[in-house]
Amino acid sequence: MYKYDEYDQQMVDTRVAEFRDQVRRRISGELTEDQFKPLRLQNGLYLQLHAYMLRVAVPYGTLNSVQMRLLGDIADKYDRGYGHFTTRQNIQYNWIKLDETPDILAELATVEMHAIQTSGNCIRNISSDQFAGAAADEIVDPRPYAELLRQWSSFHPEFLVLPRKFKIAVIASEKDRAAMRLHDIGIKMVKNDAGEIGAQFYAGGGMGRTPMIAPMIRDFVPLDQLITFAEACLRVYNRYGRRDNKYKARIKILVHELGRDEYVRQVEEEFAHLLTQPIEPPLAELERIKAHFTNPAFDAGAPDDLDISDPDFRLWVERNTTAHKAPGYIIATISLKPVGGIPGDATADQIRLMADLGRDYSFDELRVTHSQNIVLPHVKKADLYTVWKALDEAGIGTANIDTVGDIIACPGLDYCSLANARSIPVAQKISERFGSAQKQAEIGELKLKISGCINACGHHHAGHIGILGVDKKGVENYQLSFGGSEGADTSLAKITGPGFDEDGVVDAVEKATQVYLANKQGEERFLDTYRRIGMDPFKEAIYG
Amino acid sequence: MKILTGNDLKSGAVIWWTGVGWSLDVNDSADVADSGAALIAREEGVQNVFAAYVVDGVKDETGVRPAHIKERIRALGPTVRLDLTLKPSDPQAVNWVI
Repeated sequence: MYKYDEYDQQMVDTRVAEFRDQVRRRISGELTEDQFKPLRLQNGLYLQLHAYMLRVAVPYGTLNSVQMRLLGDIADKYDRGYGHFTTRQNIQYNWIKLDETPDILAELATVEMHAIQTSGNCIRNISSDQFAGAAADEIVDPRPYAELLRQWSSFHPEFLVLPRKFKIAVIASEKDRAAMRLHDIGIKMVKNDAGEIGAQFYAGGGMGRTPMIAPMIRDFVPLDQLITFAEACLRVYNRYGRRDNKYKARIKILVHELGRDEYVRQVEEEFAHLLTQPIEPPLAELERIKAHFTNPAFDAGAPDDLDISDPDFRLWVERNTTAHKAPGYIIATISLKPVGGIPGDATADQIRLMADLGRDYSFDELRVTHSQNIVLPHVKKADLYTVWKALDEAGIGTANIDTVGDIIACPGLDYCSLANARSIPVAQKISERFGSAQKQAEIGELKLKISGCINACGHHHAGHIGILGVDKKGVENYQLSFGGSEGADTSLAKITGPGFDEDGVVDAVEKATQVYLANKQGEERFLDTYRRIGMDPFKEAIYG
Repeated sequence: MKILTGNDLKSGAVIWWTGVGWSLDVNDSADVADSGAALIAREEGVQNVFAAYVVDGVKDETGVRPAHIKERIRALGPTVRLDLTLKPSDPQAVNWVI
């Protein structure tokens, strides 16, 4: 894992001291709320429906156990005993007090964490594949490149006030586990015919009120031009992105309105110009960063077999684990979606338990996923049963990854000041309706995502089944959509028709699964069947 | 009725104008009629509240109920964590919101 150098630490410490003074001036009345609001947002402090909310950055979703433990301690000490893991691989706390925020940030800084780049029109915390460094199918570990981009983008003076927020994802596998093409810039690390590693760039993707899938804009950028090309992409956006209408200010609108080819032409022109400027960090810096991401000391003699005689454990292994690149090891995903639970929420005790398990059984590493779960990336197969038993006793041993119970849901109207409808109660009812292991096994992979407003923080556009909560004359109403995907086969979901009330949308989801099961061929997933038979049979069942 | 709400500066807590001060309980709300803007200017000016605004509400024998569901959730707390609301021991509190 990356370790701060003296510059990183000084930057974060200085920012804490600066914010402490800003908070003091706000409380004393020297700063008005209008003056203070952009300052608090630059430090991750929002005002939500019930209180201040602090969003803490987890760069590319990677944490060590000390960091994770502190996240649990903060939940106890400064919040109400829990935290919420987000679809941007971050964590947020819902009940923060303004005058305590500088102390929280100071504590975070002691473990190399902060809340910078979690708000505002800047380059946000960079996301990545939660299995990076462990996945059997990756070309390289994408995190050194994500870290290089983090260092480039942190406090980049030219990109602190972009037309809108800007999200970057970096992956290095054919299987996209980070919704890469639904980002402002998506970067896929690839290998060219000569065997060299480089970056494939996609630009102009996103969800929100105008969902777009990013087109590829460069199939190979050499590593010694990575930052320069990223800078060219941002410069064109910063120059021509709309600032007159926040709903048309994201790069996806610029790429769409210019057309992909014209945007590429302008980026290439800017890139050629920038190549004459010495802005690219030396490759030695990338090598320095890479040294922080070497493989842990895997036990070459670790047995590769797994005792799955316990049927509950067997189910969990089938659903919640993924092949590891090292023999004898496995990637374990901890579901934060117990039946009827609040997606992404974890108590302070659960957070600390996961920290301890990461320390004791995963080479001190944990990951946050954009699906609001936690990953132990390097678990020895021989230890897996012990790990699962501990999780199960703590209520986070649910076997449901990528099933209908593994719902992504934004905080919705229960917490969020932007939301139009509640997301969590719908997620809870669906989770309970499909709670039995037998039912989930029968349905198999089904990614269901719920947003409480058009901003789409719950990724409903990318759900095999998506649900969008809207306000219909002061009453919550839920639009249903089918056919979205965030994987390598990225697609946007299509709305089925008129919306439903809370119970009605749960019934409609059940009817949709019945249509799927009645029409399923072979090993087809819900998404495959929908793509083959189209919307009509589903509409007939739901509205007929 | 018109009721005035905002947030406490230090805690961020949702608060309601009672006619003489601020309360955590929406039932203490006073009808501000058309004096909302003046009250906001005065109260924000002395740091008693921030992000203040006026919303519609109805008062009957059961108390004050904001007209919009968003404000009712603000008034109560998250409907999915009754233990964290102003009425943690009232299982019917969610019905008041919906």
